[in-house]
Amino acid sequence: MASTPLIRGRWGYASITDKIADIVLRRPTHWIWGVGLLVTLLMSVFFFGAMGYLFTRGVGIWGVNIPVAWGFAIGNFVWWIGIGHAGTFISAFLLLLRQKWRNSINRFAEAMTLFAAGIAGIWPILHVGRPWFAYWLVPYPNVMNYWPQWRSPLVWDFFAISTYLIVSLVFWYVGLVPDLATLRDRATSKTKAMVYGFFALGWRGEARHWARYEIAYLLLGGLAAPLVVSVHSIVSLDFAVGNTPGYHSTIFPPYFVAGALYSGFAMVLTLAIPMRHFFGLEDFITKRHLDNAAKIMLATGLIVAYGYCMEVFTAFYSNDEYEIGMTMNRFFGPYAFVYWGVITCNVVIPQLLWFRFARYNVWILFALSLVIQLGMWSERFMIVVTSLSRDFLPSSWGLFVPSIWDVTMLIGSIGFFFFLFLCFIRVLPAITIFEMRELKHEELEGRQP
Amino acid sequence: MSELRRTFEEMPQQAVPLERDAAGQPFIRVTRREFLKLSAAAAALATAGCRGPVEEIVPYVNPRLVAPGLPQFFASAMTLGGCATGVLVESNMGRPTKIEGNPSHPASLGSTSVFEQAAILELWDPDRASALAMRGQPQASDALQTALLGRMQRLEQRHGEGLRILMRYESSPTLAAQLQALAQRFPAMRVHSWEPLHRDHSLQGARLAFGRAVEPLYRFGDADVVVAFGADFVGEGPGHLRYAREFMDRRRYRENPPVNRLYAFEPTPTLTGAIADHRDARSPAEVAQALAQLAGALGGGKVDDPMVAAAARDLQAHRGRCVVVPGEALAPEAHALVHRMNAQLGAAGTVVQYIAPICGDVDCTRSLQELVADMAAGRVDTLLILGGNPVYDAPGDIAFRDALARVPFSVHHALRMDETSATTTWHVPLTHFLEHWSDARAFDGTASVVQPVVAPLHGGFSHHEMLAMLLAPVAGGPRDWVRAQWLGNAGDAQAGERWRALLRDGIVADSAAQPVQVAARNGDFTPPTAAQPWTLVFRPDQSMHDGEFANNAWLQEIPRTHSKLVWDNAAYVSPASAQKLGVKSGDRIEVASGDARVVAPVWILPGQADDTITLPLGYGRARVGRVGNGVGFDAYPLRPAPMAWAAPARSVRRIEGEHTFATTQNHAEMEERDPVRRINVPEARELHQKPIENAPEPETLYPGWTYPGYRWAMVVDLATCIGCNACTIACQAENNIPTVGKEEVRHGREMHWIRVDRYYEGSQERPRTHFQPVPCMQCENAPCELVCPVGATVHDSEGINVQVYNRCVGTRFCSNNCPYKVRRFNFLHYTKRDGEPPLDARNPQVTLRMRGIMEKCNYCLQRITRARLETEREGRRIRDGEVVTACQAVCPTAAITFGDLSDPESAVSKAKRSPLDYALLRELNTRPRTTYHAKVLNPNPDVPAPPAGEGKGEGHMVPPTTPGERGGG
Repeated sequence: MASTPLIRGRWGYASITDKIADIVLRRPTHWIWGVGLLVTLLMSVFFFGAMGYLFTRGVGIWGVNIPVAWGFAIGNFVWWIGIGHAGTFISAFLLLLRQKWRNSINRFAEAMTLFAAGIAGIWPILHVGRPWFAYWLVPYPNVMNYWPQWRSPLVWDFFAISTYLIVSLVFWYVGLVPDLATLRDRATSKTKAMVYGFFALGWRGEARHWARYEIAYLLLGGLAAPLVVSVHSIVSLDFAVGNTPGYHSTIFPPYFVAGALYSGFAMVLTLAIPMRHFFGLEDFITKRHLDNAAKIMLATGLIVAYGYCMEVFTAFYSNDEYEIGMTMNRFFGPYAFVYWGVITCNVVIPQLLWFRFARYNVWILFALSLVIQLGMWSERFMIVVTSLSRDFLPSSWGLFVPSIWDVTMLIGSIGFFFFLFLCFIRVLPAITIFEMRELKHEELEGRQP
Repeated sequence: MSELRRTFEEMPQQAVPLERDAAGQPFIRVTRREFLKLSAAAAALATAGCRGPVEEIVPYVNPRLVAPGLPQFFASAMTLGGCATGVLVESNMGRPTKIEGNPSHPASLGSTSVFEQAAILELWDPDRASALAMRGQPQASDALQTALLGRMQRLEQRHGEGLRILMRYESSPTLAAQLQALAQRFPAMRVHSWEPLHRDHSLQGARLAFGRAVEPLYRFGDADVVVAFGADFVGEGPGHLRYAREFMDRRRYRENPPVNRLYAFEPTPTLTGAIADHRDARSPAEVAQALAQLAGALGGGKVDDPMVAAAARDLQAHRGRCVVVPGEALAPEAHALVHRMNAQLGAAGTVVQYIAPICGDVDCTRSLQELVADMAAGRVDTLLILGGNPVYDAPGDIAFRDALARVPFSVHHALRMDETSATTTWHVPLTHFLEHWSDARAFDGTASVVQPVVAPLHGGFSHHEMLAMLLAPVAGGPRDWVRAQWLGNAGDAQAGERWRALLRDGIVADSAAQPVQVAARNGDFTPPTAAQPWTLVFRPDQSMHDGEFANNAWLQEIPRTHSKLVWDNAAYVSPASAQKLGVKSGDRIEVASGDARVVAPVWILPGQADDTITLPLGYGRARVGRVGNGVGFDAYPLRPAPMAWAAPARSVRRIEGEHTFATTQNHAEMEERDPVRRINVPEARELHQKPIENAPEPETLYPGWTYPGYRWAMVVDLATCIGCNACTIACQAENNIPTVGKEEVRHGREMHWIRVDRYYEGSQERPRTHFQPVPCMQCENAPCELVCPVGATVHDSEGINVQVYNRCVGTRFCSNNCPYKVRRFNFLHYTKRDGEPPLDARNPQVTLRMRGIMEKCNYCLQRITRARLETEREGRRIRDGEVVTACQAVCPTAAITFGDLSDPESAVSKAKRSPLDYALLRELNTRPRTTYHAKVLNPNPDVPAPPAGEGKGEGHMVPPTTPGERGGG
């Protein structure tokens, strides 16, 4: 571990609390925040407006067709659920691994996870032809003699995502309780005090509370950690179980999980860099944090790159004409620009992260985080659309061209995500107050990890 | 008028009186049909003071009482170009919903073309004219009669001077009799004919060759060698269904016949060209040259053209068992030359026979020219246009519209208020052939009675009733007139029985025309062979015919066989010509001929002759209805009267702008995946002689299905498939498949459950074209079933992969996982689309699908169920051939075999045992129930093979089927 402290500057217990809690309770909003909220609110309105139109007219408003029956909706779903991975990975995995640096970023990363996974969960509902019957994927007692078809990965998907969402929510909420109590105690109005107090569940900071909290949190971390791996593995099975060349691949589960973390950490940086700047949190989210996140990105990015190589190798090694055809189509077909875009964004450009100057330059990191997210979205497009557009029978080959509604809904969902995040910053402490104090304590005690 | 008005009812013994229909069946809400029925009855009561006469129509089979839920079939006949095709109309509780071919009819043999299938939609088209109109204004129903009354008296004083009738090709004996009666009343009257897709050239050719007009009748079953010069005898023209069957029966390899051989020379790719063993794309002048060369070669001359030389040798080696077939587009001299060659080859009298022209010895072009000259000179004061749309489809150099405007009293009697109705003084709605009594002759002269199956939906009346208005009043109605035509006025029981038999069978027994003995004259028949810089080739559009079907959404959305274009026509050019013009598909060109200039979008069509531009007729309608208005471009103005089928272009140039086409197939190459396999006759014979070795099926971890009862399966024989699309549209009619419109097709969302894939093999210039109908494969290891999260697509106990519409939530995973991409998704609410047929026109046995759900072929499950119900009541199994799927029933060449695999003796079981049987994408181990028979070709080894494609990876040769590569099931 690098020796740079995890909290920079001369902060005491009280000033940490003041600093973080005041973002929520006292500090006047930065005008950028207001503008951001307005813009993202507008985008959210578009998102929900487009949704309304979709429900009225049907999925034909998108560019999907036969053969490309899955389009943006599935790509977006996989992308968002991937983004939703970093939060739980940071909270649970790094907690179990006693990576103390996680403490300043886990709270907002978890919020990011929740929002992203929630938005991801919307897409399958939007995707299906008759969304009002989407609940038929759920096994429940009914008089229709109806039961899901368990061999379909879409049913597994339902369980994977709902489990993930619930565990993430609980984990996040449990972690919030001591801070909610802090906010309750420092609330500037009665109403705020009552609301925070309600959610603080009567936390008084007793030693007993702390002891139980620590155990519960650790257990939940233990529960959440495998989910990080399972969710995206199962999402990847949506493809791997299918027989379409480009879908049907055993490498998908690890490759998808790595890709998820890759885009998730990119999103953490996308959120952290402006946040620490505008709210003056540079001392809590230090360059060391950014450096660590960048290293994880580099590692997961290399796994993803390995996945790309193996896909190509397997296609040719198998000597399967359809796999080879699919690969050549990715290389040189009508969607070749997507493939080479993916390679550029996800493999070539991120090699900058090998260099320390890049990892310590917030501008480069921020730009890289956007490039990687673009690359990861394109990768999903490549898998979902390019594979379907040319499968077995040449007579059925066809192109997918996104409609204005595809684009509106994608951008709208991004807007809605940031809208939720901006609200979160002002309603809940974006950094865990008590864990920061604990870090300070450990630092003062000289027991740095 | 009252005697002309009639109401139609079910058979009297069916005892479903009109009034009780709604009252006695309270569960049926008053649908439009009933409303129309009742209002028709009310109108009859109001005008006549009593109900119109109840008429009896006779079902083809199943003559028992009407049973709710069970369809009845009535024989009738549909005419196209004057010639009839016998049909059986499926009527569900009085509503015609589907048309099948009449197996007893010589032009049908149980099959139909796309047009008969689409006629149902034509019947129910809400854009049909519904009211009598004068100058576009609706009139009271007796207004025309009042107007005619005085005029007829004046005309009679002048002996009919100034009275003209313009009609299409008509073969109806009743109509002919009426016209004769009319000629007696008005001796100075003249009758003209105009059929845009006329047979003037062939009739003229016959006059040249034989001194009289005759029509050839071919017996392809007896022909070992056929040479076609621009003749699409399997794809169009009267009798093409019959010809296709007879020709392809000689390729039904399962039965190991002596396979015939076909050479085709043609300017534009046709279905006949696609099944030919040797096809060459040649401009009209080159086709004429080839023909002249062949004539020379048969006369002992030497020929350089290897294909012509080979054809000549082949023909001479099969004297009396061969035939040369001329296309209508050939010049009259060329027709005459062919007649002489056929006489030389001993074909005349054996393979080809001659009969008097079915629609009379008329020269349409001259007839129309004379009429227009008289109209322009003011010699016509009363013009009756019976059907047709001459303002739209007259040749560009005949100014029909201007002349028509000079006629003081003109009546257009047609199905729609169209371009012609806009110019005539009166428009009289015509009844659809499913709504009126008439008769018609088939291509071979066999007569049929046209039997109505529904009361006129939009009012109106038939040509017979129209003519009756001009005649002295005759007792009875059209039914009586038609009956009198065939039975005289006999009213005894025997005549009644004969009448019933005639209606039931749909044909008049022994009414086929007798061959006439003609001898080809000796003469110098030299067809013009001068090459042109650009030759315009006019052809009927495969879907629009001459333009009359432009408002038919089914036909609009049927892909054209070669280009796979929908909702459009295009100027077809060859790849080399496109290069010469500097255009690509979608660019626009301006074509000038005579005084007319037409802007047309270009489509590059492999196999088109260089320096020719094919312009399909029948598009660019201005007034046809909501579906067809303004779709495509109108090529009629470019068409000169004397050169109706091929004319030199005055200029062709590229102009600015692009056109967006919609096509159902974007990729034409097989990419070495061999979806279509072909084999030549010698290898196929070898395969047949070897014992069949079944290659073991690939392994699977899952246990197989067990089938206690039937195991339905299908075999599609590519050796006999001609790619005509009839299966697609029959399926559409049977299964209530919606159309989606051009935009949606462009997005790749067409709904056809059985599509016909087209692949090219070889070079772009000389490709071999393959067609492959693809319905659902009904896989044993169905990839779709595995991935549906809600169990909406499941395997049934008889091996059909069924789609449970109500359970489908629309994840579309099944379609992704279907390697054959036969699943169709309702991306939008297509059944509610404007232009879709009303509910009454739908097959009541098949659910309508809402938006958001998947659908696909299910082997016409409703037909299986119907047969099951029948046979279970009788306590027996379904016999082989008792279930006929819609695609199978309509197929002109019987290329589709369907049946029960659990019966080893069933036709389908036998077909599966053929060594030519193969499964599409067998390597995926889906174990499809639908398998294919390899295409069998019989090329002449003397003809050099066409060059393989070069560059851009376009085209490659397909290896013949290897033994053992067979389907499972």
